[in-house]
Amino acid sequence: MKSNKIEAMLPEKFRVERVQKETHDTFTMELKPTNGNPGCKFSPGQFNMLYVFGVGEVPISISGNPGISTLIHTTRMVGAVTQAMGRLKKGDLLGIRGPFGTIWPCQQAEGKDVVIVAGGIGLAPLRPALYHCMNHRDKYGKVVLLYGTRTKEDILYRSEVEKWRARFDLDVHVTVDRGTGNWRGNVGVVTTLIHKAPFDPAKTIALVCGPEIMMRFTILELLKRGLAETDIYLSMERNMKCGIGLCGHCQYGPTFICKDGAVFRYDQIKQLLEKREI
Amino acid sequence: METLEPILAAHPFFKGLAPEYLKLVVGCASNVRFEPEDLIYKEGDPADKFYLIRSGRVGLEIHLPHKGYITIQTITEGDILGWSWIIPPYKTRFTARAYELTRAIALDGKCLRGKCETDHELGYEFYKRFGDIIVQRLHATRLQLLDVYGLNH
Repeated sequence: MKSNKIEAMLPEKFRVERVQKETHDTFTMELKPTNGNPGCKFSPGQFNMLYVFGVGEVPISISGNPGISTLIHTTRMVGAVTQAMGRLKKGDLLGIRGPFGTIWPCQQAEGKDVVIVAGGIGLAPLRPALYHCMNHRDKYGKVVLLYGTRTKEDILYRSEVEKWRARFDLDVHVTVDRGTGNWRGNVGVVTTLIHKAPFDPAKTIALVCGPEIMMRFTILELLKRGLAETDIYLSMERNMKCGIGLCGHCQYGPTFICKDGAVFRYDQIKQLLEKREI
Repeated sequence: METLEPILAAHPFFKGLAPEYLKLVVGCASNVRFEPEDLIYKEGDPADKFYLIRSGRVGLEIHLPHKGYITIQTITEGDILGWSWIIPPYKTRFTARAYELTRAIALDGKCLRGKCETDHELGYEFYKRFGDIIVQRLHATRLQLLDVYGLNH
């Protein structure tokens, strides 16, 4: 994050280099700064504020490889800004502020098994952590990806997921909530994959991202497997506006998601997760 | 001759079952194998068996008019397939189809049902174990019904 808060509020212009449709309502953009600087340095788990000129600004997790310079964002079209973003084409401009927020504990996970539990679009913020593990594969024990979506048509990064499944150094398990058509893979919620996933609970770090309700049930299963509360990390989502803890829109109990998160260790926010009013 | 006893004894489902009951279960067990797309049972069939899946994947399907079969759940290695044998009217509710080469241990539910009727302690052991599975699947089904990946979550 930029040190100066005023500077951090100024978007920089980025050009759309490539747009890839992922599913019926998600797309991935590759972006390059217009000032010729090498791309944006970030750590897995961080997000940027993306500004569609004349429409508005939204926080979007960075979903690319931290080992390469191209900035990559995967976005789901759910509101006016993201829908306008979905209409951008190669060569169009976008304003970007960031990167902001806390990071996945990739360093703390060294020497341990890593289990990544993703639900729906939640795979996008987790993909940089998975890339990081693959870029430094010898530093980790087992690396397990458990990924759940609504249907097979909603699987993000489908061809890439297939490539990951083919790797001998990754355990990738995909499940869908609705097994339609000729789908012959797993059917059931992602939490049903946890009890059989190949990791050692005594030395595992779990990274979880998805709808909040899915994360709550995932945590229950991870605890049931024997993981410590301090070994579970999750990425929270609230209405973020400034990205630097000034405006208060993303207040979550005593924390701000944009500044103190979006990645939190479970034991630090577990009481907030259980509160209905927050 | 090698029996299925060590396999059944090691399975979490039978953990803690008294040795005499385990012997009885072994007497009702046999190895089975299903090729991909084999039907294991059809919706409405008499529920006379249940299966301990050793490897492979089985889909539980239901037929929808004009839409064909949809899969509501898959059962994989280590899971138990089928509980209708223990709950009246002892008819299967879904169709079970092997999605890949599947090896399993089939257990004669009809025979065990009779033994549970006469030995209520055995019956209680089975109800406890199947109760746990049914609750787990009920929780999973409720989550599925929530459609957590929809726009409202």
